[in-house]
Amino acid sequence: MKIFKRMAAGAVLALGLAGASGAEPLKVGFIYVGPVGDLGWSYQHDLGRQAIEAHFGDQVETSYVESVPEGSDAERVLTQMARSGTKLIFTTSFGYMDPTLNVAAKFPDVKFEHATGYKRADNVSTYSGRFYEGRTVLGHIAGHMTKTNTIGYIASYPIPEVVRGINSAYLAAKAVNPDVKFKIVWAFTWFDPGKEADAANALIEQGADVIMQHTDSPAAMTIAEGKGIYAFGQASDMMQFGPNARLSSIIDNWDPYYISRVQAVLDGTWVSTDTWDGIGAGMTGIGEFNKNIPDAVKASAAKLKDDLASGAVHSFTGPINKQDGSPWLAAGEIADDGTLLGMDFYVEGIEGELPK
Amino acid sequence: MDFSALSPVALIASLMVASTPILLAAIGELVVEKSGVLNLGVEGMMITGAIFGFAISVETGSPWLGLVAAMVGGAGMALIFGILTQVFLSNQVATGLALTLFGLGFSALVGQSYTGIKPPPFPRLDIPALTEIPYIGKILLNHDYMVYISLGLVLAVWYFLRFTRKGLILRSIGENHTAAHALGYKVIRVRLLAIMFGGACAGLGGAYLSLIRVPQWTEGMTAGAGWIALALVVFASWKPGRLIIGAYLFGGVTILQLNLQAVGVNIPVAYLSMAPYVITILVLVIISSDRKKISLNAPASLGRVFHASN
Repeated sequence: MKIFKRMAAGAVLALGLAGASGAEPLKVGFIYVGPVGDLGWSYQHDLGRQAIEAHFGDQVETSYVESVPEGSDAERVLTQMARSGTKLIFTTSFGYMDPTLNVAAKFPDVKFEHATGYKRADNVSTYSGRFYEGRTVLGHIAGHMTKTNTIGYIASYPIPEVVRGINSAYLAAKAVNPDVKFKIVWAFTWFDPGKEADAANALIEQGADVIMQHTDSPAAMTIAEGKGIYAFGQASDMMQFGPNARLSSIIDNWDPYYISRVQAVLDGTWVSTDTWDGIGAGMTGIGEFNKNIPDAVKASAAKLKDDLASGAVHSFTGPINKQDGSPWLAAGEIADDGTLLGMDFYVEGIEGELPK
Repeated sequence: MDFSALSPVALIASLMVASTPILLAAIGELVVEKSGVLNLGVEGMMITGAIFGFAISVETGSPWLGLVAAMVGGAGMALIFGILTQVFLSNQVATGLALTLFGLGFSALVGQSYTGIKPPPFPRLDIPALTEIPYIGKILLNHDYMVYISLGLVLAVWYFLRFTRKGLILRSIGENHTAAHALGYKVIRVRLLAIMFGGACAGLGGAYLSLIRVPQWTEGMTAGAGWIALALVVFASWKPGRLIIGAYLFGGVTILQLNLQAVGVNIPVAYLSMAPYVITILVLVIISSDRKKISLNAPASLGRVFHASN
């Protein structure tokens, strides 16, 4: 009996609270490709989700599903979310592109936000960070710090975003160190710490003394710390995994964008947009420089970062040839976003063939 | 193409490291399946072992205690499965899948405060003079102890199943639990012990990942290794010797393609990545193409519910 009374009291209280806030909270959903505890890509998106909760309080109700495989599973999860009354859904991986579009077509009054993709609809926006700007800064540091002139690069899937990152890092490294070579290993996974560690070991075995990665876990960082070489944090800072190894990092900061999009839905001003922000808008952050980096390099990297932010420097400024030697950008020419978004070629100087 | 840049010593060393977790988990699952039980929760038990081993190693500073904790954690998870399927007769496939989901969530919960911590280093075998022998010494005698323990374990399981009376009882229960029961063997007790052994091995495999191969704790870090272990048992057609070949083949494919890429050889990575699964499907096709072969290999009572009154 006592329990019933308590439950009744609780229900009244809950009703009262809901009544006080005026309307039903806006339901915001997220799907992540890895676990929220990957301390990388998915972790940063989840920080964005938490920022929404902190900012809007009772006005919103957020939920997420983690480790959702790209493909038909994603479609099932998204349908489930849309059916359960979620009005704004963030799909945070490239491979969710077609599932997002398919589900969006079935739920015209649900808004979708797809990260890193290029297909839009009336109720599907896309957004991404210009991470390549960050990789320009990291490549600059890597070019200075390598002693073997060999930089190891753990890549995930041969999609434009990853290829762009490799190219921008290579161009920046080459600019400060003409002898630099990139050794690239495609892991064909976003998250598999064991495999990422093996890839790092393979690259170190081939003489790499700086590791860059475009996979999501801090495994390579741990290996680099153990072997006494250098690496960079990816998506998240990763400082704790390699206090000596971690030179700097690219930090994805989704908070401002997520908050602005939720605000737009609450205000009824949401329209389908395409956002691609870089260092300047704060979506791409550069982690603190490690004490192991010489002061001169710290200064030049900081200047490069500021110039990228202000637009004075662009990561892809000609003359740049494609890998096969054919010209891409003439001297002084700046790459257009269309080419960057569909980038499917290496720039001249990178060895090896891009997997198809 | 410059294959000379590949050092066989380093290749074999990383191959061993990559293969040991799946070998450990698979040898445990092999015993479980030989007793007639299909436990699909290997992934869940591995990840539980990974965090238990990691946490206890960090807290006590002893990697060995960590391994013991991993075995206890894995066996504990397996016991849940065992009680549900053997005592309460729940469906083995569904319970095993649930165990995987539970293990992934549970380990994430336990592991929250262990991210970014470094575990104590694990000792390596280093016999003065012998390890110094060029090539052979480095290839055979300079790994961490767990590599040798895993191989010893496979040998022990092979001996146990093939030459001991208890091994014969376990196999007979896996082939025909009703007949074994009629002969007076304790079907449920033997199966529970086998399930716990399987869990302990899976836990050990998970701890190998978090303490030696990576070494760090990240949520979901097994990333499907448990499923590969399950495939491996089928690939090996329930024979411990083939399990070693299979594990080193599966691990070797990954290591070789990563290293070939690092050297700069153009290889079809996507195809090589799926090779272990394709090979497993092929083996399944081959062993099921011939009725005799099936009856020789898969335990006849595999996955079937046993109830004493039947």
